[in-house]
Amino acid sequence: MPDNNEFYFSCQQLSVGYNKKPLISDISVGIKRGEILTLIGPNGAGKSTILKSISKQLSLISGKVFVGNDELSDLPPKKLSRRMAVMLTERIVPELMTVGELAASGRYPYTNAFGKLTDEDRRIVNDALEQVHALDLYDREISSLSDGQRQRVMLARALCQQPEMIVLDEPVSFLDIKHKTELLELLYEMSRNKGITIILSLHEIDLAAKISDKIMCVKGEYITKIGTPEEIFTDNTISELYEIDGGKYNSLFGSTELFLPESGKPRVFVIGGNGSGIPYYRLLRRLGISFYAGILFENDIDFQIASVLAEETVSCAAFSKPDEQTVRLAEEYIQRCEYVIDCGCEIGEINKANETLMKNAEKSGKTILREFSEIERLVG
Amino acid sequence: MKTKRTEKHRGLRAAIVFTALGILLIAAFFLNINSGSVKLSLGEVFDIVFLRDESQENYNILWKIRLPRMALSAVLGGALALSGFLLQSFFRNPIAGPFVLGISSGAKMLLAVVTIAAAGIFADEYTSLPAGVTVITAFLGSMLITLVVLMFSGRVRDMSALLVIGIMISYICSSVTDFLINFAEDADIVNLTHWSLGSFSGAKWQDVGISAAIVFPAFVLSCLMAKPISAYALGEGYAKSVGVRTGVFRAILIGLSSVLSAAVTAFAGPISFVGIAVPHIARLSLGTNSPKAMIPAVFIGGAVFCMFCDLIARTVFSPTDLSIGTVTGIIGAPIVIWLMATRRKRNA
Repeated sequence: MPDNNEFYFSCQQLSVGYNKKPLISDISVGIKRGEILTLIGPNGAGKSTILKSISKQLSLISGKVFVGNDELSDLPPKKLSRRMAVMLTERIVPELMTVGELAASGRYPYTNAFGKLTDEDRRIVNDALEQVHALDLYDREISSLSDGQRQRVMLARALCQQPEMIVLDEPVSFLDIKHKTELLELLYEMSRNKGITIILSLHEIDLAAKISDKIMCVKGEYITKIGTPEEIFTDNTISELYEIDGGKYNSLFGSTELFLPESGKPRVFVIGGNGSGIPYYRLLRRLGISFYAGILFENDIDFQIASVLAEETVSCAAFSKPDEQTVRLAEEYIQRCEYVIDCGCEIGEINKANETLMKNAEKSGKTILREFSEIERLVG
Repeated sequence: MKTKRTEKHRGLRAAIVFTALGILLIAAFFLNINSGSVKLSLGEVFDIVFLRDESQENYNILWKIRLPRMALSAVLGGALALSGFLLQSFFRNPIAGPFVLGISSGAKMLLAVVTIAAAGIFADEYTSLPAGVTVITAFLGSMLITLVVLMFSGRVRDMSALLVIGIMISYICSSVTDFLINFAEDADIVNLTHWSLGSFSGAKWQDVGISAAIVFPAFVLSCLMAKPISAYALGEGYAKSVGVRTGVFRAILIGLSSVLSAAVTAFAGPISFVGIAVPHIARLSLGTNSPKAMIPAVFIGGAVFCMFCDLIARTVFSPTDLSIGTVTGIIGAPIVIWLMATRRKRNA
């Protein structure tokens, strides 16, 4: 049970949904001032519904939400708007509005009845734009901004509210990878340097793992799991949450593979190691060619991907030479194949066996492939 | 602190626009009182307007005909344009206008019902509805439709859906009106036909007084709402997040724009395109959509626009008065088309 004194934001047995019908029930979570809580989960799981409910855009169905030391329902709109700012998913492009004006609209809760900006307001607007590195855009029209720039300006607008907490619904969804990282880094900075509590939803699970203090898995009627990234980002939890086939998601890399083996008869043996094999594995899988991979040390990054994509992976313990039995197994697999791929991994003292495998294969008439283009020709 | 280039630039632009509006307003005033079959000298005009010299032979033409007509076109033109601006802010859609929501169709429908009922009840004695009854009926019809639209506004989450509902209600009203007219004698609906063309002719000081009493408080209230209206430019979600009580705001805004357009509809009939064209022109001239500048600009602009349209309506084919809707349509519709056609280019 979340304890209010410890947490800046918390909810207790919260039920959210539309038209009085609960969509997700029994949400209980709490985060401290300056922490980042990320909601992950498949599309349509209800992440937005939760975010809208805790930001008072939607009325709660039951349960309680605490912001600061007050219950959400007791906070009048104006008081809440000085505590909590939001960034919504809708892409707004107001006509003829400049960056300066948009950012200044965040001063709404503080300005007088006519919305007159004081010098103090202008200073805050400047600071906010400076923080998101958008001060040079001040005079630009919103409609002329790129997606990345616009999101930064929207964040500046939120900062102008001088909030203690910001709620963001998929803030980086349509940004390219550079702008995704940029925006998330800004959020992280704000949480650490200014103690702003941040709740956001993300589709980028790899990035969620890196920015969040707490992760909430949202799927269907209940919250499936809440915990630290270390607790959540296991292969199983993520695969279950998104209902992706076992093994496709790699928690160590935070990466996701696209095609899984369809248990065809392997025609190729790939000799890799030290990362040299990964592009070959992915290429083969994309071409729909089943393959064996070997001989890989179990701490090799190639091993992580090969064990997902290869039909069979011949491996040996980290930092030690493969034993005879392992080498024999690899020889056996090679005999079943027409081709052997040499990924060009450096051969050193302990992976000498791979060199031997290659020589033997050549002797027994197997075709050795090295170039990607040669491999692509295999399919034809 | 960063220099606000656009802010200075805009201040200058606003000054130019308002000066131009002032000049146009004065020009419209003099052109209007001094055009028509009877020419008046400046001295005569001065005596009549400021000294109320009833001994002047043209006193009646100016004081009882031209001036109230001009004043009415100014007040109602401002009201129409302001109503359009409020609705466009509310729907965040440039094509929203007082008549898109079915407000004039509602007025016409109720007027058709009352006209035909009156013709039936009073039979032979009936010639046409008294002016006061027309005004009240049209006003009630407009407000009735507003209430229906307001009822839906609480239910739909999406503003464009509300716009579509408004357009559909407008179609329903038109159908009902057409249906009723099918069963009516042509003679009975003369004043309905006349009304539905829209005109400022026959305006009396009393009309000016009543419409000003409705329009000016609405104008002042709109000015007071400038702040939440500007917050609404980012959509309802963001408006809510900065503390706007959106439910109350919705009701006031729709109510205001309806009262404004109902007043117009009641006194001058349906007048198209002013509500869409004038705010657009104002927006482009000012280079901003900020309500603080837009509300007064739109109001004065609407007044000037209608004064000139009325001038054209009564002088170009003199002595035949054109209906005001004909003129605003012919001038306003091409402006709207041009704006729509160049909109994407400007945004790109």
